[in-house]
Amino acid sequence: MTDIATYNFAYLDEQTKRMIRRAILKGIAIPGYQVPFASREMPMPYGWGTGGVQVTASIIGPDDVLKVIDQGADDTTNAVSIRAFFKKVANVAVTTETGQATIIQTRHRIPEQPLTAGQVLVFQVPIPEPLRFLEPRETETRKMHALEEYGLMHVKLYEDIARHGRIATTYAYPVKVEGRYVMDPSPTPKFDNPKMHRSPALQLFGAGREKRIYAVPPFTDVVSLDFEDHPFEVQTFDQPCAICGAENVYLDEVILDDRGGHMFVCSDTDHCEKRREDGHRGHLAPEAHPVLGKTEPAE
Amino acid sequence: MTDEPLLRVSALSKFYGSRVGCENVTFDLWPGEVLAVVGESGSGKTTLLNCLSARLLPSSGTASYRMRDGQLRELYRMSEAERRFLMRTDWGFVHQNPADGLRMTVSAGANVGERLMAVGDRHYGKIRATAVDWLSRVEIDEDRIDDEPRAFSGGMRQRLQIARNLVTGPRLVFMDEPTGGLDVSVQARLLDLLRGLVTDLGLAAVVVTHDLAVARLLSQRMMVMKDGRVVESGLTDRVLDDPRAPYTQLLVSSILQV
Repeated sequence: MTDIATYNFAYLDEQTKRMIRRAILKGIAIPGYQVPFASREMPMPYGWGTGGVQVTASIIGPDDVLKVIDQGADDTTNAVSIRAFFKKVANVAVTTETGQATIIQTRHRIPEQPLTAGQVLVFQVPIPEPLRFLEPRETETRKMHALEEYGLMHVKLYEDIARHGRIATTYAYPVKVEGRYVMDPSPTPKFDNPKMHRSPALQLFGAGREKRIYAVPPFTDVVSLDFEDHPFEVQTFDQPCAICGAENVYLDEVILDDRGGHMFVCSDTDHCEKRREDGHRGHLAPEAHPVLGKTEPAE
Repeated sequence: MTDEPLLRVSALSKFYGSRVGCENVTFDLWPGEVLAVVGESGSGKTTLLNCLSARLLPSSGTASYRMRDGQLRELYRMSEAERRFLMRTDWGFVHQNPADGLRMTVSAGANVGERLMAVGDRHYGKIRATAVDWLSRVEIDEDRIDDEPRAFSGGMRQRLQIARNLVTGPRLVFMDEPTGGLDVSVQARLLDLLRGLVTDLGLAAVVVTHDLAVARLLSQRMMVMKDGRVVESGLTDRVLDDPRAPYTQLLVSSILQV
């Protein structure tokens, strides 16, 4: 009696997957446009990536290799759970290596290692509507997208400069896709915005609670909004990663003790490990370091 | 003034089911002319204004507007995109309640700048300089530019709303009771300001008001409405000094004498 009722491949039933694939195709056909879809209940709470999981479930096949990151890390709760979920319901190979993965589901980061053609990046999106906090009416925001009325988006950036002397939006920084739709790139740090521009990888966005899917096809223009006299710029860090010594990567602050000690380390754990394997060391690097899972084949 | 009307309205009617909003309204508005629409509440003034500004579609009748290129275009045949574009460039709409026409949670500067950004202005410094200029024109201190309108008095909000509407240099402004709800001294200053701006900029305006004093101060021509119909129209001075229709006579004689 080892056989219990099995799930359909990748949890969702085939009709649902077809419905979601149609939404994805429409999203790809109209880059940046939010396609409504009939989001399903998933065995996890809203806000934990129900949109991303449904997109991944709809595009994953038995030969895919899945990587899941949460704020850049492969070893945090959300990432571990979603990876385990797909290992169980789709029996696919999983990996932590960016270069090995065919599908990368992400919560709020884009890997440091440049993505390649054929890879798919699936974003988990909490609020897909970039105009939401400026215009609460959905009927109105849809009309604004339809008529390309995006002056309001700049009002937000104006407010930032008026208040802080610079554009203080650091994540969920609005972008214009292929010169048409203004899109919320999900709460990724604006550091990652340039990586979306003309990326060879397909980028899919799923918002489960808000029931929207949108997409950026490969090699699509993604331009961050700005003012002529206050151009878009990404965050810079004045020190390298404390563990691998990397520069020009996105760093997380880690508190070390309760006396104000802290260090900055790569938010992308895979990138950090790769660099240490290659012999790079930061000033706080441990002598030996544990190696994470790497690639686990399907069983 | 040119000899071609800016706005041409013909037999405009709006019914709400079997109820009459406004019925069979016909008039022309010339560039630089201010037309007051007066009448008691419920007489269809606001319905007419909403139809004219294409915020509401009429049941029948036409309204045509002369675009900047000199062409007369029928409002209700334009696409919604064109109408909305007109609304944020060539037109203005001043609401009775400033909260309806302002974004209360963004700063005064951004409120003025929004229209500029909507038509493609992407230079922060220039937008801000224009906002400062407009705030001073409507007598709001420059150091209030980063305050939200929530922190403004009623009179200031109304002046801010006017600045926000006029920043793109519109040719036609619709005003719905622009001085409603303000105390008399503030009303007087606002009227003075409006009169100055309208004359300086050569604006055409349709002003809806129940206050005959406002009509007398601002407008050259007026229409008196009752139960959705225009009962009398003519030069403001003539209508107020020599009212012909019984209802207008009643209205004029109802003005409180202090």
